[in-house]
Amino acid sequence: MDVSVISFYIFALVAVVASIGVVGQRSPMYSVMLLITSFGALAGLYILLDAPFSAVTQIIIYAGAIMVLFLFVVMLLNASREEPAFGLAATLGPRGLKIGAVLSVLIGIEIVWALSHVGLSWFSQDAAAASVSSVAVIGNTLFTRHAFAFEATSILILVAMVGAVVLARKEH
Amino acid sequence: MLALIPLLPFAGFVVNAFVGRRLPKSVSGLVACGVMVAAFGISLTSAWSVISHHAPIDQTVFTWFTSGDLNVPLALRLDNLSSLMILVITGIGSLIHIYSTAYMHEESDSEYARYFSYLNLFAAFMLVLVLGASFPVMFVGWEGVGLCSYLLIGFWFRKKSAADAGKKAFIVNRIGDFGFILGMLLVFVTLGTLNFQEVAAAVSSYGPETGMGVLTIATLLLFLGATGKSAQIPLYVWLPDAMEGPTPVSALIHAATMVTAGVYMIGRNAELFSHAPITLAVVAAIGTATALMAGTIGLVQNDIKRVLAYSTVSQLGYMFLAMGVGAYAAGIFHLYTHAFFKALLFLGSGAVIHALAGEQDLRNMGGLKKHLPITYWTFLIGAIAIAGVPPLAGFFSKDEILWKTYSAHWPTYHFLLYVVGLLTALLTATYMFRLVFMAFHGERRHDAPPEHPEEQEPVAGDATPSQVGTLHANTSHAAHGTSHLHDAPPAMAFALIVLALGSIGAGWVGWPHALFGGNNHIEKFLHESFLPPGGSHEPGAPAEGAPAPAAAEGQAAGEAVHEADTSTELMLMGISTGLAAAGIGIAWYFWRRNRNAADDMASRFSGLHRLLLNKYYVDEIYDAAIVQPIRILSTGALWKGIDAGGIDLAVNGVGLGVRGSSSLLRRLQTGSIRAYAASLFLGVVFILGYYLWR
Amino acid sequence: MVPLNYYLVLSGILFAIGTAGVFLRRNLITMLLSIEIMLNAVNLTFVAVGRYWGTVDGQIITFFVMTVAAAEAAVGLALVISLFRHRETLSPDAFTALKW
Repeated sequence: MDVSVISFYIFALVAVVASIGVVGQRSPMYSVMLLITSFGALAGLYILLDAPFSAVTQIIIYAGAIMVLFLFVVMLLNASREEPAFGLAATLGPRGLKIGAVLSVLIGIEIVWALSHVGLSWFSQDAAAASVSSVAVIGNTLFTRHAFAFEATSILILVAMVGAVVLARKEH
Repeated sequence: MLALIPLLPFAGFVVNAFVGRRLPKSVSGLVACGVMVAAFGISLTSAWSVISHHAPIDQTVFTWFTSGDLNVPLALRLDNLSSLMILVITGIGSLIHIYSTAYMHEESDSEYARYFSYLNLFAAFMLVLVLGASFPVMFVGWEGVGLCSYLLIGFWFRKKSAADAGKKAFIVNRIGDFGFILGMLLVFVTLGTLNFQEVAAAVSSYGPETGMGVLTIATLLLFLGATGKSAQIPLYVWLPDAMEGPTPVSALIHAATMVTAGVYMIGRNAELFSHAPITLAVVAAIGTATALMAGTIGLVQNDIKRVLAYSTVSQLGYMFLAMGVGAYAAGIFHLYTHAFFKALLFLGSGAVIHALAGEQDLRNMGGLKKHLPITYWTFLIGAIAIAGVPPLAGFFSKDEILWKTYSAHWPTYHFLLYVVGLLTALLTATYMFRLVFMAFHGERRHDAPPEHPEEQEPVAGDATPSQVGTLHANTSHAAHGTSHLHDAPPAMAFALIVLALGSIGAGWVGWPHALFGGNNHIEKFLHESFLPPGGSHEPGAPAEGAPAPAAAEGQAAGEAVHEADTSTELMLMGISTGLAAAGIGIAWYFWRRNRNAADDMASRFSGLHRLLLNKYYVDEIYDAAIVQPIRILSTGALWKGIDAGGIDLAVNGVGLGVRGSSSLLRRLQTGSIRAYAASLFLGVVFILGYYLWR
Repeated sequence: MVPLNYYLVLSGILFAIGTAGVFLRRNLITMLLSIEIMLNAVNLTFVAVGRYWGTVDGQIITFFVMTVAAAEAAVGLALVISLFRHRETLSPDAFTALKW
């Protein structure tokens, strides 16, 4: 048994269990925590895939920034409980639950079925393929070939920032 | 140069139409009369040049349109026929313009200018009509005078009867115009051209048509247009109603010029019509029938203008009779003399109406001879002329027509037409002098019953003082008051006197050969206008004067025949003169000497009297047979059925359909976010599944 | 050695879980969290396939995806806060103003 294979299974298990926990938990606070765990597992998977940069940015951005934001909001709104369904969805109620569950299972089945038909594919093992993911290479590509997208993303972030400020402002 | 003749009145129209409102009346009138007199001057010089050079003038102004084989330039042509016409139009037109400056004086400045703008526009269009060298150009003038007739008849449009009369004139004319267009198209399709000269040249190589061929149908359609414009059966019904317009309008349009357009059109296309004998027979028959019918109706009418209107219809019938027997020159001759005395009679009646502050009913007149001398004497001259008493103008032209009818070879029933023509001459003298005696002689009476809606024959034209309302015409004439009668003011008197002189002497250009060896100038003058280009007729093709399917007459033989007929002609002249005198005598007896005799006759033949008074109920028949069915069809079927039911339903149906379907579709908007998410993913699943399946 | 398929299957499972979360939860914040799960699943796919092909593009895409996810989370949460101020509830069923 290879270390990488064992690590893969461990990380995969953690990710899946944590995600199920996110979806199944009652309290949003716990959901956020579990999601952080899931992200951590995913970061481990990235490292297994010779993508250290992605792993680190995953932790920094996702777990460090986005999840903290979520946490802030959860605490601000004191949304620790969840209300039962009402309104139209209530009439769908149990049935609505079932439709959602059925749909998601269906999607899962589709994806898995599709992918399993692809057949086993193996990663190339030479060092060149692994080293391509170095930060220097990433930076180089990012700022030359994808420079426009990079700049556009910065504007996107600016817009999102302004939008968030405007939306969340207290009405006077 | 030729183009100036219609352009000058058109310029007058432009001035008066656009700035006339701000001009004082004297300036508007001066502009309008000035352009007419100037046009008359140019017409004189142009006509003189045509006569002295023995060559017509052609002028192409520009190419109007070209379409495939059809090339229509805006071309004008002045030959003998059209030079006579333009002299009549501009000459008598100028006189009527001058007369109008006084007659319309009580109108406001803007109305005055509007009147003269329409009058000038009419003159311009009429000149285009007679100067046109091809059917389309003539048609421009044709339509234009119809338009101006509508505008002028309905000049006092605030009065309902005037507005209705204008509409009636225009619509009835339109029916005729439809025939004209179809005829024009047929001519083009058959002969390949629309230019009058070319048409005449093309058709002269044909033989005369014996059956209902293309030429016959085309000419019949053109004649239909003529019946509309020149008020013959069946489209004459607009002319009596047209008396709603101001009297000078009646004089110009409905006596001297527009109504003669149909006659002129046939004269212009003499060669074409000569090749369709059936059409000519129809023309003659309708002309005669119209003359008789109108004469009988005019005999009992009580409105002075109505009598003159029916008289016009009747005299036009004579002109068409002449055209129908092939005596084109005689028809145009009568057109020319009739213009003089009919205009005179109308203007005279206008002077009477003006003096009586709007009174038009003959039963309310009488004894005006001593108060309105100029009017009386000029009117009398006109009446004598129209009655056909020699040596005034009407005798020569009317007699020429009767002679030509008598001696014609075609149509076969020409003798019957001749007899009817004689009878109509008797009627003409009678009703005309009835009018003279009732209006001018005897004592002033007030016999007309008071106005009420059931009045059998409505009084047309300028409102009578008894009419209620704030009509401009009413106030304009009532301003005179009924207490003082004054004769025609100088402008009006001038026109009356000049026309009276014309009525006396205008006929002398057609002094027939039979009577003391006169030289029938006018026939010779007009003769060549009726020939196709290239001169004489071919033997076997109908010649002007006798379109005979049978033998051709050589020149020498024609002379001999002419000599032998002189005595017959003299005898016929005597007969018609005698009838004229008889007519005057009858009128004198019934309306001068013994008025009650007239009323007794009326009550004894009350049914007939009522029939005539109501114009044979033709208007009512038309209304019931044509107007009402069309109205019912339009309202019931076309409006309610097709438009509201069909088209609106289709359009609204689209709206209803959209609304219905959207009211169903909107239920998808449940507002529930989760439902939306669910539907999103449902779609994703399906699409994914579809691609995976393939 | 872990074949590529394994990573792809894992990512599919995570995606399905995220989808289930969007449907089944009646809390706006939790729904947003589920969306983050889905984004992550996709990121994983990109990185795995990028590694398979030996290019760096996969990671670059994930870089952008993360950025966008951040922006979206920020705006989404701002919206949630604003909505919460209106209705004092975080249940999506309370917001049916777009109903016909």
